[in-house]
Amino acid sequence: MASFYGFEPRNPLFLGTAQYPSPAILAEAVRRSGAEVVTVSLRRESSGGAGQAFWALIRELGVKVLPNTAGCHTVKEAVTTAQMAREVFGTDWIKLEVIGEDDTLQPDVIALVEAARILSDDGFKVFPYTTEDLVVGGRLLDAGCEVLMPWGAPIGSGRGLNNPYGLRSMRQHFPDIPLVVDAGIGLPSHAAQAMELGYDGILLNTAVAKAGDPAAMAEAFALAIRAGRMAFAAQPIEARDMAAPSTPVMGKAFLA
Amino acid sequence: MAAERPQSRLNAEVAGAGVVGLACATELLARGVRVTIHERGPRVGAEACSWYAGGMLAPWCEGESAEEPVVRLGQQAADWWERHACSVTRNGTLVVAPSRDRSELRRFGQRTSHFEELDGEAIAGLEPDLAGRFARGLFFAEEAHLDPRTAIVALADRLVSNGAAIHVNSAVEPADLDADVVLDCRGLAASDALPDLRGVKGEMLLLRSGDISLSRPVRLLHPRIPLYIVPRADGLFMVGATMIESGERRRISARAMLELLGAAYALHPAFAEAEVVEIGTDARPAFPDNLPRLTRRGRVIHVNGLYRHGFLLSPAMARMAAEAALNPQSTPEMLHDLAA
Repeated sequence: MASFYGFEPRNPLFLGTAQYPSPAILAEAVRRSGAEVVTVSLRRESSGGAGQAFWALIRELGVKVLPNTAGCHTVKEAVTTAQMAREVFGTDWIKLEVIGEDDTLQPDVIALVEAARILSDDGFKVFPYTTEDLVVGGRLLDAGCEVLMPWGAPIGSGRGLNNPYGLRSMRQHFPDIPLVVDAGIGLPSHAAQAMELGYDGILLNTAVAKAGDPAAMAEAFALAIRAGRMAFAAQPIEARDMAAPSTPVMGKAFLA
Repeated sequence: MAAERPQSRLNAEVAGAGVVGLACATELLARGVRVTIHERGPRVGAEACSWYAGGMLAPWCEGESAEEPVVRLGQQAADWWERHACSVTRNGTLVVAPSRDRSELRRFGQRTSHFEELDGEAIAGLEPDLAGRFARGLFFAEEAHLDPRTAIVALADRLVSNGAAIHVNSAVEPADLDADVVLDCRGLAASDALPDLRGVKGEMLLLRSGDISLSRPVRLLHPRIPLYIVPRADGLFMVGATMIESGERRRISARAMLELLGAAYALHPAFAEAEVVEIGTDARPAFPDNLPRLTRRGRVIHVNGLYRHGFLLSPAMARMAAEAALNPQSTPEMLHDLAA
């Protein structure tokens, strides 16, 4: 069981809280998924007193809150948002997101490393949303991160794992670092695939929030994550090019 | 005891002259009750989030994200408004998406009903100014829209001419009102009595353009920022509305204006030359399930939580509120009873 800054969830689904039809449906999705961590996007205008009602609903879910810096484009914006989030939610956890490009919402990894260093030095426990680039991953660890969250595909695209090779390399390159696939997951099978690669968790939002039945989809993801993790632990076979009969053929009678 | 008197002699006090308060007053008046309305602002609608509404009577489109009661109860709205306040325009709703967001259109269609699929030619047939701009769309022919401000003022005028009293600059505590029937229609201000209530902020924009005309509300789908444009008289267009989990009621962010103007421009570049007539904001009152609620607490009935469906659901909620108020044994849909 992976440890995220000392927290060891039995269910490594990190569920986003945006875009649900209502807070009641969000609460039901969290309950049915069994998620122990939810991510929350802090918009500046909702800080202060004005967003209290929604934050209270989030707190009532009784799960750990991972605030994020969604929508931030610069180091300064991300750092300010993280500091506000620490005050609003009383946690030093922060999902660090610095967007570099608006069409793909691709992370600006240069700014990400810089912001990660500033926040880690300030006592934050940083969960960086990054690409599958190994060198960037190394820099983020140097900056003080103890978790890496590479993307599966662009945020909200639902494409699944665009680069399974890259994600597998990352797993092999950082065998002891908790790794979470964050963004791009569309189907439970995508989540299962990531867990089969040996990933330690899945972070997703749109695939559940925008499903026809968000609560049922949340549970489907929880089952897929459990299956994928169990499969990885059970050591899957390697794929091969030629058939390998599962029943021995030697000594078999030749019939006609 | 209220129930023992003949109904014609009952009197009611209504707190709040937004869309819900006025609709409730109309239904009570129609049942022979003497009605007094208290509005904390200097005029009807002044402090009401309904003043900034889009005025779309679009039950089927709302079904994309709202639950079943909204779709069903909302179908009463167009007839009710026409009977009690002002004319409504029954030209349907057009839903379009830029080609890169075509999947949003498919998703919208999967979640809704009562529409036909249109190609570019059919879109141009409905809205000639949108010719060549969108290759696919959905048309909800049975939907309607109205001008919310015209409707609020007309409803208030009709109430007064039928004998109701409207007191402005009159902030009241519903629990202190001494009438046979008390309806609390204060919207977000009722948070003191309804702790579940929260604000969902919306920002809107009024543009004027003589270069483009539309005959019906157009919804522009986008994965993160779905927006709509509603045509009004005199070349005015209402562009709305943001949805932010916040009870803040005054501040308008640059980001919101960027999103609203971006949507208008994406619909038609002619909007770049439009005059910005007004920017507005308020917070919609909502319960955790985003469904409206009647809350009966002794003599007081709270009518609240209409969220983004003020004009769509006021008629149905007002009918139920009147029924619940005049018959304490009744249990209309959406009613929650609380100990006094």
